[in-house]
Amino acid sequence: MVTLEDLRTPKKNTWCPGCGNFGILRAFTSALVQLGVEKDQVVIVSGIGCHGKMVNYVDVNGFHGIHGRVLPLATGIELTKPSLTVVGFAGDADCYDEGWGHFSHAIRRNIDMTLIVHDNMVLGLTTGQTTATSQKGFKTKSTPHGSIASPLNPVMHALVSNGTFVARGYSGDVKHLTSLIVEAIKHEGFSFIDVFQPCVTFNYLNTFDWYKARVYKLQEEGHDVTDRQMALKKSMEWGERIPIGIFYQEESPSYRESLPQIKDINLTETSIENIDIDPILQSMT
Amino acid sequence: MILNQISVMIGGEAGAGIARSGFLFAKTCMRGGLHVFGTNDYQSLIRGGHNFYIVRADAEEIYSQADTIDLLLALNQETILLHRNELTHGGGIIYDGEEVELSEDEMGINNVRLYPVPLKSMVKELEARPIMRNTVALGAAIGLLNFDLKIFNGIIKDTFKEEIAKINIAAAKMGFDYACDFSRDQFIGDFEYHLKKTKGSRKKHLFIAGNEAVGLGAIQAGCKFYSAYPMTPATPILHFLAEHERDYGMIVIHAESEISAINMVAGASYAGVRAMTATSGGGFCLMTEGLGMTGMTETPVVIVLTQRTGPSTGLPTYTSQGDLRFAIHASQGEFPRVVIAPGDMEECFYKTMEAFNLAEKYQIPAIIITDKFLAESYSSVKSFDLNRIGIDRGLLSTQLEYAGKEAYQRHKLTGDGISLRIMPGTKGAIVRTNADEHDESGYTTEDPALTVEMADKRFKKLNALIKDLENYETTKFFGPKEAEVTILGWGSTKGPIREAMKLLNKEESRSNYLQILCLCPFPVANVQGVLDSAKLTVVVENNRTSQLSGLIRENLLRDVDHKILKYDGRQFNPQDLSQKIQEVL
Repeated sequence: MVTLEDLRTPKKNTWCPGCGNFGILRAFTSALVQLGVEKDQVVIVSGIGCHGKMVNYVDVNGFHGIHGRVLPLATGIELTKPSLTVVGFAGDADCYDEGWGHFSHAIRRNIDMTLIVHDNMVLGLTTGQTTATSQKGFKTKSTPHGSIASPLNPVMHALVSNGTFVARGYSGDVKHLTSLIVEAIKHEGFSFIDVFQPCVTFNYLNTFDWYKARVYKLQEEGHDVTDRQMALKKSMEWGERIPIGIFYQEESPSYRESLPQIKDINLTETSIENIDIDPILQSMT
Repeated sequence: MILNQISVMIGGEAGAGIARSGFLFAKTCMRGGLHVFGTNDYQSLIRGGHNFYIVRADAEEIYSQADTIDLLLALNQETILLHRNELTHGGGIIYDGEEVELSEDEMGINNVRLYPVPLKSMVKELEARPIMRNTVALGAAIGLLNFDLKIFNGIIKDTFKEEIAKINIAAAKMGFDYACDFSRDQFIGDFEYHLKKTKGSRKKHLFIAGNEAVGLGAIQAGCKFYSAYPMTPATPILHFLAEHERDYGMIVIHAESEISAINMVAGASYAGVRAMTATSGGGFCLMTEGLGMTGMTETPVVIVLTQRTGPSTGLPTYTSQGDLRFAIHASQGEFPRVVIAPGDMEECFYKTMEAFNLAEKYQIPAIIITDKFLAESYSSVKSFDLNRIGIDRGLLSTQLEYAGKEAYQRHKLTGDGISLRIMPGTKGAIVRTNADEHDESGYTTEDPALTVEMADKRFKKLNALIKDLENYETTKFFGPKEAEVTILGWGSTKGPIREAMKLLNKEESRSNYLQILCLCPFPVANVQGVLDSAKLTVVVENNRTSQLSGLIRENLLRDVDHKILKYDGRQFNPQDLSQKIQEVL
């Protein structure tokens, strides 16, 4: 069984001191330890941004891809090798700006993977610009007069896209986030966790203190995770109180389970020698 | 009498079953022992407009459509008005005499023969759907040509379900019987063209389109993952593979975009399966960032680029060779790739198989570049030799456990630049790759020395690839060794060029032809050899700027003498092309 020590890599961490990403890194590695998975049976996929460095900091299989394309890349891996535990990491700009088009589709296909979005509501690595989840009026270098557009609501969006596991975490509460990640990985189908992740350098608004004063846990208030209507209602809650935890969960066949030719076979292990195309050739004569 | 040599056009509105009729007639000719070539012309619409399908059949081997039409099956008046000038002297038109009024005077040009057949009334009599006028017309054509209706019925039975087959057979018989009665006074002139079942039966031949041959090549090569977004003229590959995915343990996924498709394919390949996508120019534009990622992460993928007339949306359903430079240079940065251009259906099959081997051996993207003309035209070809191209996955370990003494490194620096590939999930190994520049273990790096080492590593693979390509057919030479003119081309112009050569070389050896199959890396030595012995060179291409001439200039520092370029979305016709070549002689 894997230990936290096993998961460490020799790479020097270059996140800013106090970055919210540390909480996600800690929660993810702790979740892997709790789940007792072998590290060579886990694949993480990341996009571009501060979150993308996860591939450098966790010693599991990894594909550090390009901006916005975590989900299709992970989809290709999951479908052809279901024995792997596939976890995608994306930033808010990565997933909700550049990659927004893939988000709904991965959810509606119910690809059997977990997506963890490092949602700091700002572009960090490019030195502070607005993103799809930046609050209205948020001033950045690209919006010096304040962000005009309304922020997207990823949790609500996941719910209306028929998400089968929709959750929100907070990187300031590692214990809670760890439990969410454990549940997400255990869930068969697409698991989505939007994680509030304070950017200590570029987001002056949504800070640790800001979240601390607002977040509360759905599971401590008797929320029924099987009630999509209620989940939707909860997803719209924003302001003085902001819910974290599992909004909704249901059992539903994943995309792969609807492919009779695949099911749980690792396509990577099927022989490709001597494939008999004669029946097709016959139909062409 | 002109026996077993004919060009037939079927024309009408979109939605009238034109392509299907062409397909059925062509297959009938093939089963009758003839060589056939079928090509379609359709517009970007679903109903209305004007579509046509040309079937050429011949006892001799043929490579493309002809310039003219011997028999026109006109399902509406527009077809006659648009195509009557393409009819040969003594050619005929089958049309619905009750719907379209044509006088002999009006159609006097070229001594055209008129064969009115009451298509609509016959369909009514059969209580069949109006679309079946085309089957009645096909039956009439077979009767007029004195051909064998039984063969046609066999094709119908193989193609349709019992109920539909039955009514089609009845409709065809009605047209056939009507046309066989030559005493009809409204039939003007005897039809000289006849088809007769030949002994040299091509029963074992396949009637196949370029797209299908690519799809078949992928299945045979063990492609297990295909993802694409529909885009004409690449869409039929998606249809073909989706139809067969369950029989061949393959995943075919209609992605939300071409961006998604290329990334899914990269993911599947990283996981360890052979994976492919196909698109046309616009979709390929969207794929370019993903393409670069496969170059950087050394993830083998096969991409089929089925060209159509551009730029931008251009003519979505017409042919072009305008994307050659784009295929060679697409994406930022520098990395090795292979670009292969099949010129006919057989090459579509074999070269697709080769593309998978090259992609995996060198851990690079392989691009197969075709075009609408090749992708959607059909021809009768010898059934494929399934043993010709073996499967070579290169330095890929499929062991479930990693046996190496040192920790596995995906991007290990080696003599030829090729690192051992293993699949994620292999016990005892971590497979890490990275679209950022990376070290041997796949960790991000910005170190200048390592950046150089890694770029050099990737380009060492190119040296190995170039050397290996000596074992592949990167060019093909046709015709006499010595000739007045040497034609150079790539891709689908092959068919019309070979037809034009038949005409040019009838009496004396006037032309030969070098087909370039591998455009990147460019087969310098082969092309050099041919150019050195050529008296006069002419490049034939379906584009405006003669991209091949540019490549020759770039790689060989020499110019070609002439360029014959066609960029109206339509392929060259043989006679027209031979005349243009004559003009430069």
